[in-house]
Amino acid sequence: MEYQGKELFRRAGIPVPQSRHAITPRDVADFLESVAGQWVVKAQVLMGGRGKAGKIKFAEGGRQGRAVAEDILATPMPPNRQNPAGEPIKSLLVEEKLPIAKEAYCAITIDRATKKPVVMVSRFGGMDIEEVSENHPESIAKFFVDTAIGYSPFIGRELAFAADLDPGYRKQFPAILGALYDLFFRYGAKLVEINPLALTVDGRVVASDAKVELDDDALFRNPEFAQWQQALPLDEDEKLAAEAGLGIRNFRRFDGNVGTMANGAGLAMATMDAVNFAGGKVANFLDVGGGANAERVRNCYELVVNHTPATAFFINIFGGITRGDEVARGIVEALATTTSRKIPLVIRLTGTNEEEGRRILADAGMTPVETMDEGANRAVEIANRATEPVSK
Amino acid sequence: MSIFLDKNSKVIVQGITGAEGSYHTDRMVRYGTDIVGGVTPGKGGQKTAQGLPVFDTVRDAVDATGATHTCIFVPPPFAADALFEAYDAGIALAVCITEGVPVHDVLKVVGSTPGMRIIGPNCPGLISPGKASVGIMPGHVFKEGDVGLISRSGTLTYEVVDGLTRAGFGQSTCVGIGGDPIIGTTFVDCLREFQNDAQTNAIVICGEIGGSDEEDAAAYIREHLAQTPIVAFVGGRNAPPGKSLGHAGAIISGNFGTAQSKIAAFKAAGVPVAERPSEIPALLGKRLTSVA
Repeated sequence: MEYQGKELFRRAGIPVPQSRHAITPRDVADFLESVAGQWVVKAQVLMGGRGKAGKIKFAEGGRQGRAVAEDILATPMPPNRQNPAGEPIKSLLVEEKLPIAKEAYCAITIDRATKKPVVMVSRFGGMDIEEVSENHPESIAKFFVDTAIGYSPFIGRELAFAADLDPGYRKQFPAILGALYDLFFRYGAKLVEINPLALTVDGRVVASDAKVELDDDALFRNPEFAQWQQALPLDEDEKLAAEAGLGIRNFRRFDGNVGTMANGAGLAMATMDAVNFAGGKVANFLDVGGGANAERVRNCYELVVNHTPATAFFINIFGGITRGDEVARGIVEALATTTSRKIPLVIRLTGTNEEEGRRILADAGMTPVETMDEGANRAVEIANRATEPVSK
Repeated sequence: MSIFLDKNSKVIVQGITGAEGSYHTDRMVRYGTDIVGGVTPGKGGQKTAQGLPVFDTVRDAVDATGATHTCIFVPPPFAADALFEAYDAGIALAVCITEGVPVHDVLKVVGSTPGMRIIGPNCPGLISPGKASVGIMPGHVFKEGDVGLISRSGTLTYEVVDGLTRAGFGQSTCVGIGGDPIIGTTFVDCLREFQNDAQTNAIVICGEIGGSDEEDAAAYIREHLAQTPIVAFVGGRNAPPGKSLGHAGAIISGNFGTAQSKIAAFKAAGVPVAERPSEIPALLGKRLTSVA
């Protein structure tokens, strides 16, 4: 979040406004009692669009500070296109109000195509960068950094000219960008972003907002961030996935009625597509992962049955590392021990140990389908029959 | 000839005494791969269950065996180091199976190991059917033939290959390039190799949402492979924006990386796109007859 990003910026030597992190309206009031002038109170959330949503407000003095804080905390962030669920607001940042003359944008991220860090600068700061890239793509200047060389100040100079930044930025910009690159590199971040990078009327260049996206896979190198990350709000689907012992990327719900599960992300996506192609709507994406044992399969069964409105469940397994007999055992155990509702299963089981798996299923009175398409068709048919209103 | 891997490739396994490493070593040996040994620091001088020599360092292994290829099964924090060690010892091709390697580590490795071909990370490896397999692919679904296959996914590859094999289309080489945002070998890298491979007469590309590797492949095909029968599949047509589905690289941001954009790019390059994996063999058959 912003306050954590700014803490990292401060450590890296990037100028940031004076600020105080606050949890309650009272914290805000106490702080604003002790300082003079107008300050900015900002909701601390991950999603963008805070200004538009009325979650960034000015306040002066304790009384107004409390009122503004209460107002911001009263409702969660409203949903938008990227975050259809919105986001709860758990804390606030009270910050010095900068006398802003200009706002620019700069960020460093990883470019997949060139396999290099890319530094991006635009003279349009303070707005959604996606909008800028749609409306003024030519305004975004880019530099692809050779990792063997790293950052050198000429990159900042070149970009400041290429992006046509206000001359007021020029002196301080290369050093700020250098500090930002150090931070990006030292913490193995996926993205560092300053939007806006403010130029004040008195000639200071200050990071008015801070965004640092860490790489989950690199958290082992920075244990302190693991705590930050744990404090981040996982969404419902991610929470459910973690509880079922899956990776947080392995489960996602949609609004259809056909539950799906496959081993491997690519096959799981293709399974969803197959259901869709068969005229159905999927209830979820679920990658049970490689080498799934009976217990994991059982957890996945419960996950779909208890947390989606699925009225049929298509299990599509192509055994590689995953063994068909383990999966079959998991399915049979799940059905035998579950106390949850039961929905019709359509199982496709092929690859490693498929004969043994089929035998286990047959002993339990289940006959797997032969192909993925057949499974998708059957599951859609059953789901639609089950979901049809009775009056029809 | 196949690409990247053939009968003469001498393969070592880094992490050969670990659970994954030893299990898959066994499978690779049984497939007929020329596994010449493995590396586990501190266990040099021992032999594996299959009687393969274990070395302390990759350099020792290369010196003793003349290894050209390596298959890496070490945990994520050590994967970059393992790749650098392979590079330093003169390995020509490294397959990194490890999932969860920090993206900056991958950047550093791919940016500073010129001349070494890296497949992955987070990939199932590659196989030249009838010759050798390096990685974790189930050998029995593959069959030797003239179709080259490139895929970002593991199990989906098996699904597609199974369909090809049943329809009578054998494969020259199948490469699982991996599902991470940054990978050592892209679709275009593979296309370039297939283009020069005498055994390969047709190509199947299994893409998925996220990134622009499919669009780049389509542009390359338009330019260099317009006469080659190629069929594509793009997984994740029904994926929502902003959320990774399983693979870290399978994410749509804004209008970037959507299935629609990839499908359009392939079609514009004259590459038919299968709506379901099961349609691939028929589409390929059609392309083959129309080109012939």
